[in-house]
Amino acid sequence: MNYQSPETVDDAVAALSAAGAAGRVLAGGTDLLVQMRSGRRSPEHIVDVKNIPEMRSVTMTADGFRIGAAVAGAELGEQAQVIAEWPGVVEAFELIGSTQIQGRATLGGNLCNGSPAADSVPAMIAAGTIAVIAGPGGRREVPVEEIMTAPGQTSLGDGELVVEFMLPRRAPLSGDAYLRFIPRTEMDIAVVGAGVNLTVDSAGVCQSARVGLGAVAPTPLLVADAAAALVGSTLDDDALNKAAAAASAACNPINDKRGTVEYRVKVAGVLTRRAAKIAYDRARAHA
Amino acid sequence: MDTKVKQSQGKLKWVGTRQVRPDGVDKVTGRARFGADYSLPGMLVGKVLRSPHAHARIISIDKSKAEALDGVKAVVSGEDFPDIAKEEAFIGEGPINFRYMAHNMMARDKALYDGHAVAAVAATSEEIAQKALALIDVQYEVLPHVIDVRDAMKPDAPILHDDLFTEGVTPEPTRASNIAKQVEFGRGDPDAGFAKADVIVERDYSTQPVHQAYIEPHATLASVDEEGKCQVWASSQGHFMVRAYCAKLLGLDLANIKVTPTEIGGGFGGKTLVYIEPVALLLSRRCSRPVKIVMDREEVFRSTGPAPGSHSTVKIGATKDGKIVAGYAEMRLQAGAYPGSQIGPAGMTAFAPYEIEDVKAVGIDVVVNRPKVAAYRAPGAPLAEFPVESAIDELADKLGMDPIEFRLKNAVKEGTQSCYGPVFQKIGFIETLEAVKNHDHYQTKLGPNQGRGVASGFWFNIGGESTATVNVNEDGSVVLIVGSPDIGGSRASLALMCAETLGIDYKQVRPLIGDTDAIGYTFLTGGSRVTFATGLAAIEAAKNCIDDLRKRAAILWDIDVSNVEWRDGVAHPVDAYSDEHEPMTLKQLAAQSAKTGGPITGHIALNAEGAGPGFGSHVCDVEVDPETGRVEILRYTAVQDAGRAIHPSYVEGQIQGGVAQGIGWALNEEYIYNAEGRLDNPGFLDYRVPVCSDLPMIDTVIVEVENPNHPYGVRGVGEVPIVPPLAAVANAIEAATGKRLADLPMSPPKVLAAIDE
Ligand SMILES: Cc1cc2nc3c(=O)[nH]c(=O)nc-3n(C[C@H](O)[C@H](O)[C@H](O)COP(=O)(O)OP(=O)(O)OC[C@H]3O[C@@H](n4cnc5c(N)ncnc54)[C@H](O)[C@@H]3O)c2cc1C
Repeated sequence: MNYQSPETVDDAVAALSAAGAAGRVLAGGTDLLVQMRSGRRSPEHIVDVKNIPEMRSVTMTADGFRIGAAVAGAELGEQAQVIAEWPGVVEAFELIGSTQIQGRATLGGNLCNGSPAADSVPAMIAAGTIAVIAGPGGRREVPVEEIMTAPGQTSLGDGELVVEFMLPRRAPLSGDAYLRFIPRTEMDIAVVGAGVNLTVDSAGVCQSARVGLGAVAPTPLLVADAAAALVGSTLDDDALNKAAAAASAACNPINDKRGTVEYRVKVAGVLTRRAAKIAYDRARAHA
Repeated sequence: MDTKVKQSQGKLKWVGTRQVRPDGVDKVTGRARFGADYSLPGMLVGKVLRSPHAHARIISIDKSKAEALDGVKAVVSGEDFPDIAKEEAFIGEGPINFRYMAHNMMARDKALYDGHAVAAVAATSEEIAQKALALIDVQYEVLPHVIDVRDAMKPDAPILHDDLFTEGVTPEPTRASNIAKQVEFGRGDPDAGFAKADVIVERDYSTQPVHQAYIEPHATLASVDEEGKCQVWASSQGHFMVRAYCAKLLGLDLANIKVTPTEIGGGFGGKTLVYIEPVALLLSRRCSRPVKIVMDREEVFRSTGPAPGSHSTVKIGATKDGKIVAGYAEMRLQAGAYPGSQIGPAGMTAFAPYEIEDVKAVGIDVVVNRPKVAAYRAPGAPLAEFPVESAIDELADKLGMDPIEFRLKNAVKEGTQSCYGPVFQKIGFIETLEAVKNHDHYQTKLGPNQGRGVASGFWFNIGGESTATVNVNEDGSVVLIVGSPDIGGSRASLALMCAETLGIDYKQVRPLIGDTDAIGYTFLTGGSRVTFATGLAAIEAAKNCIDDLRKRAAILWDIDVSNVEWRDGVAHPVDAYSDEHEPMTLKQLAAQSAKTGGPITGHIALNAEGAGPGFGSHVCDVEVDPETGRVEILRYTAVQDAGRAIHPSYVEGQIQGGVAQGIGWALNEEYIYNAEGRLDNPGFLDYRVPVCSDLPMIDTVIVEVENPNHPYGVRGVGEVPIVPPLAAVANAIEAATGKRLADLPMSPPKVLAAIDE
């Protein structure tokens, strides 16, 4: 096995391109190393991205935030401004694992591992996050919801990796939230995850919304119907019930050891309603 | 009892205090050596090949390719082990049949569950061992399998054992089946009893098999020399048990085997058996090199014994004034691949806390294609008492009675004949119920979607064989050697009792666990026996040591030993001689021991009788999320009669640990088998034991109703606390939602389905 630890994105792209199908990015390793130990993956070339400064930093400009794809959960948890503006995204990221896992786990890894149940992904989708991808052909920007294509698979090409994530600055009267359901309180994989980001007017009427769902389909979903049910309302019971019904209708889950189809469909609606209410309260508080 | 030992009764100096445990620093610094931490020069790595099939005939095993691999030193399979005849023994907390134990350790003609061992290798590295496993060519004929106990009882079910004919039924069956045995306990005439009842409740219940989930996977190191002398280091609940089973399963001379206990990272009953020790020994014998086998978590889940699952029907009747007049239980237990689930203890414990005239409990042992069950804390009792404690709650509700008052009205006490036979001596069940009733927890108000449940639990506790030696060092310090592996802080408790008896400082007593050659036979750590039985041995050995000390003083003073009295760690001449001689401390006597006959010791080997039965009563508050079915434990208080808490912190620890495991059993723990009969969740990610943040601080109340058969009044405490939580949680959920859940685990989907019904 070959291990490389480049210090620039270009070198990482070059190393990955040279390795071809046998290459694999290593970020925190909390998915990859576990898979290697259990024999599920055995990459021949490992390209560690934790030593690439660009991928390890969080920057803020008037336009928005750039969060390096290799920033650990514990590091983002110290970024007061990101927490203030995108509490839903940060809380989703911080739900991953435990204190130990938080010291390693990254957003890039959570997304590119390709799990339908990845916690940060529905929140990033709801937030309208853009992933910056570098590859042999240069850089491109892609909405997060377009990265995962199937369980364990992404739309990244040979030699490509995610460099960073872009989030806009928080608009007034808007807010986000993420909730997940697990039978325990931590150290569990989401049975359902729901992220909501929305904007209201001064009267409290919802102007725009995005809803992301996790663990209810082969990939995390952007659910336009659920968002549409919220727009134009003050998130009264009727609107919330419609959004919940739309979320449930969008589900296409499987029966597995973590939940039944019936249960996931129902709880997706419940969490969507609850997350929407939290996002709404945050939006109204964020004048 | 020796009248010359004056125990200042009531004024105990060490017993009942919270001292630092002797093994504590090593454990928190990582210095303590557990099973996997032992190594020897030239050691090989042993690995086990396991069946991927739930039920399959083994047509052939070709080891030649594996044997030819460089670095492979030995390969063994079932044919390399002796053939063991069927032989029943009642050892530990359940019946043992050596043939089944042998076949469970290494499959012979059939693999009976996913994970069943079929071969093993010893190689110079982990990688080579792993490669060698892949080179062993096993040809299987896959057979239909059965996972569920109800399916296994159907007439057309796949049969696991062609030679298994149900025992305990008439007429004797002529066809083999999966039903191994039926037993019955009780008295009177339940039908007549139910005829007297004003209110009857009847229901089906089921519980899932649950793993003991000890943090340390099974690990052993074995070494056989050219003369056939065997040494084994093993993490187990009893090294004498390991010695006996290795000798039996390998046809070896017991005298040729020495077993050294390692520190043990939890057992809870699951380490009262051998799985890998005889395999490591045989591999080592084949190549005359030490062999270490360490299971990984997946192997632990796939191949070691959980507690049985069960499917039961329970019926209880009471009169309007709240007297239980009849009880009936039929419990079908899932034994796993070989007979031997705890139908006996289940049948005996089901109704044990209550005085019932007409009562019957039937236990049925059923084999299925899952790992063979093992003991797990109060084996058989949680699954038997869960339905009864649920039914009691339902009855109390129907009668409009407070559930504690209802229990008080029917509780067993000193002199009551138990439902399973014996008459109770002094017991503290009523005291635990009173303590719950008077606890502020029982009075606090609850909010919406919240509910409170109570439940009680019983366990026999056992005594048994223990040996102890007390050696006095020349500086007056003391070494206490026992044969009981310490899995719950027993070294601290034994040292406390030894120090109390001798009248010396606790820190002057160093307790240690002797290997099978260093101390006399001691039965395994199980049945909540160690603080009681080995405690008794420690006390008796200390008393014998005191007799020796008195003799030494008598020699020095030149008076008869009957004129020497031992008081608070000091030899005193009795009154007539008190002016002539200065009292002598243990330290002074030790310093002069060479002059008085050599080293001072005390020794005892005994078979302790009179273990005091244990009772507990628990109260649990939950909140149920009506939209997701998720249950949160808000508050939990566990009351238990400990007889006397020698080291209160460890009694509390036992209670809290038992409650945590019981809550896991109640809420989320279950094995998930797929359509092929393979285990889908062999790890802690999806086999959900409660994590720390799932539980509130579990409050404990220790009640002390002394066991008259122990000098300090000790009863066992380790097992009772896992019994009540199953029903306490179910009863609380019923109070919160109005729905009675009778099918464990009460996981969110099941609770939600019940709410949405
Ligand atoms: C105990 C434990 C608990 C966990 N709990 C949770 C949980 O609650 N919720 C949850 O969602 N997950 C959980 N996980 C999974 C895991 O921690 C997360 O998915 C984490 O975010 C992965 O990040 P990482 O940096 O460790 O990824 P890695 O393991 O380094 O990588 C994961 C995959 O992504 C690829 N990759 C990584 N970075 C990039 C990049 N920049 N560009 C392209 N490809 C990349 C890698 O090649 C690999 O295939 C848990 C894991 C463990 C071990």
